Amino acid sequence: MYNAKYIMPGLVIFLGLITFPLWFNVLSCTRYEAPQLALPEDQQECIIDAKVMRAEHMTLLNDWRDKYVRDGEITFTAANGKIYDMSLMNTCMSCHTNKEQFCDSCHTKNSVYPYCWECHIAPRGNQ
Amino acid sequence: MSKTRRDFLKLAGACACTVAASQLVGANAHAASAGHGPAVPQPGNQHEHALHGTHWGMVIDTKRFTDPLLVQKCVDACHLTHNVPKIDGPQELKWIWPANYLETFTEHNHYLPDSVEQRSFLLLCNHCENPPCVRVCPTKATFKRGWDGIVQMDMHRCIGCRFCMAACPYGARSFNFHNPRPYIDEAKMNPAYPTRMRGVVEKCTFCVERLAQGLMPACVEASDGAILFGDLDDPASTVRKALASKFTVRRKVSLGTEPSVYYII
Amino acid sequence: MLEKALKGSPLYWFWLFFLACVAGVGSMAYLYQLNFGLSVTGMSRDVSWGFYIAQFTYLVGVAASAVMLVLPTYLHHYKAFKKMIILGEFMAIAAVSMCLLFIIVDLGQPQRAMNVILHPTPGSILFWDMIVLNGYLFINLLVGWVTLQAERNEVAPPKWIKFFIYLSIFWAFSIHTVTAFLYAGLPGRHYWLTAIMAARFLASAFCSGPAILLLLAFLLKRLVNFDPGKEAIKSLAKIITYAMAINVFFFLLEVFTAFYSDIPGHKAPIVYLFSGMDGFAQWTPFMWLAAILAFLSLALLIPAKLRDNHELLPWTLLFLVIATWIDKGIGLLVGGFTPNMFETVTEYVPSIPELAIVLAIYAMGAMILTVLWKIALGVKQEVGHF
Repeated sequence: MYNAKYIMPGLVIFLGLITFPLWFNVLSCTRYEAPQLALPEDQQECIIDAKVMRAEHMTLLNDWRDKYVRDGEITFTAANGKIYDMSLMNTCMSCHTNKEQFCDSCHTKNSVYPYCWECHIAPRGNQ
Repeated sequence: MSKTRRDFLKLAGACACTVAASQLVGANAHAASAGHGPAVPQPGNQHEHALHGTHWGMVIDTKRFTDPLLVQKCVDACHLTHNVPKIDGPQELKWIWPANYLETFTEHNHYLPDSVEQRSFLLLCNHCENPPCVRVCPTKATFKRGWDGIVQMDMHRCIGCRFCMAACPYGARSFNFHNPRPYIDEAKMNPAYPTRMRGVVEKCTFCVERLAQGLMPACVEASDGAILFGDLDDPASTVRKALASKFTVRRKVSLGTEPSVYYII
Repeated sequence: MLEKALKGSPLYWFWLFFLACVAGVGSMAYLYQLNFGLSVTGMSRDVSWGFYIAQFTYLVGVAASAVMLVLPTYLHHYKAFKKMIILGEFMAIAAVSMCLLFIIVDLGQPQRAMNVILHPTPGSILFWDMIVLNGYLFINLLVGWVTLQAERNEVAPPKWIKFFIYLSIFWAFSIHTVTAFLYAGLPGRHYWLTAIMAARFLASAFCSGPAILLLLAFLLKRLVNFDPGKEAIKSLAKIITYAMAINVFFFLLEVFTAFYSDIPGHKAPIVYLFSGMDGFAQWTPFMWLAAILAFLSLALLIPAKLRDNHELLPWTLLFLVIATWIDKGIGLLVGGFTPNMFETVTEYVPSIPELAIVLAIYAMGAMILTVLWKIALGVKQEVGHF
């Protein structure tokens, strides 16, 4: 290898910089704390088990959106037989009326910025 | 060197052939499972009270639109239901709007009664049987629903190329040049229907969201019976009865787009 | 070979710096457009495409015109173009790059551009345009690079590249045909709904593209003393003459059909463009300028004596480029959208940010062209070919 005396230090600096977030977090002992979400007070159950929802809600919403808009599928039948409209605004947000402390608190903490709300209207309970 | 290159090209060619063949077989298998003739697509799970039709159509009784207030009532009903922003000037958005006779029927007669020439005609998406906008869309963001003939928009998919606006012979499509939110009266915003975002095309949807809930389109409901809506495939429907008893015209039929909106003159 | 682009005269660097500044200003304008949407342009509900798509259309022609050098060289073994053929191929690369940029800046949701690939729609002409443009970019990069590499090594180009060269000939025709189909297949747009749209596009491309190439070649002669050869200039000028004559002829065919048939819809856009309508006549002077320059350029091209006069030829070519640019870079789009679907007139005026973005993309194209030509000429100099 030629010019090794320039290339090697350059590589080391580059690797150091791109791995910065990893070792910085390890060294500074910051620990991730799950945000406290505002849950609906008058509701006991979600359309799917909360644990599944936490992990899969984005896939579910994507799936709903295509089914509702493109396939004319309107209703979703929960495991217990209950029928819901497939609607972010009219189903999800009718219980989760506090977008800021439900959606946003977790999304912001995880640096996720979905653009749902550029079109969909946040519930008025939020304001 | 050249030998390895040749080998590589051979391999690449063989791969391409295999992929193409598997696609072909897949397509054949799909066609076979569908049986003979084009399969009619069916919508997914619906409410029991949803309205059903196989070819939704509209008949507008233009004789009834002598009162500008009724015209405005229909326009407002639609635009408020769907959170259509109010922007003045050439970058405006509209789903349904009044126009005069010459603008509506660009191939027109002379010496018509004043009452016809001065009448307001409501214009909206014609939900064509053969829609040019659907033909040109590069992402299938606008598409015709196979089960009821409604030409629908998928706002999540639209890339804003505006090819559909160039293709629509009826000027039925509007583009969100601006972010629409500041142009919607917050107090009147319909919280049950989304707005759009900047950079997508929108238009009348024949109120698919209302049909699914068993309701007539917003303009039909607001029109005091001056706009009829129903299934053009059903000879007993109100629209077919109106078409059978009154003289109607459609816009720009010579283009072969087969509009589903009829005007009683 | 890339290192050839890194060594140049102060003028070369100053030129690149200047282009970077223009591109920088335009990029600011694009950021502004990203923030405020296409509302910052002069486009409207009735004129929903504007300068961006018009420049795209014009530049597809410029890109396709490389075939006017490739075809005689490889199908007819015509030797005279050998020296400048790489310039044509590299100009095609710059032109296609600008085309793609013009499409991107025209999108309302550019971050969703990949939807065209994620949801492929073979029924849409825009889908095919995406394929042929990217394909043409790839073919020209490959052919240009491989043949230049061979020239540098002073060996014959590898045999397999022949396949891509022949492919590029068909491909060049396809890019402009598909681009014409974007327009020619739309019901209700009278100015565009014409079977000879693709033929017109090709004719206009094969005069304007080589004219730009020849103009730039004259510039190169002054700047770096690169001479494409008398024979090459003579032949290319002849090609330009025939293509321009066909281009004007095709336009006159449109005029005949519209006015002899006397169908109002077919006449309306031409009437609007050349004499105005309902009191709107903003583009009329441009269209008449284009018409006058088109005939003037033909008058200066057809007599061999005038055509072979190298003092006069650059001016002739300039007139021709302006005429074809107004016809395709303004008239085509404005005429297609005016009068609108309600037979009324909504005028289109490009806005300042819109023009800044257009200039920026032209500057980026010029940067690509400068760097590529620098490499090509550097190689030619190295092996003593000029």
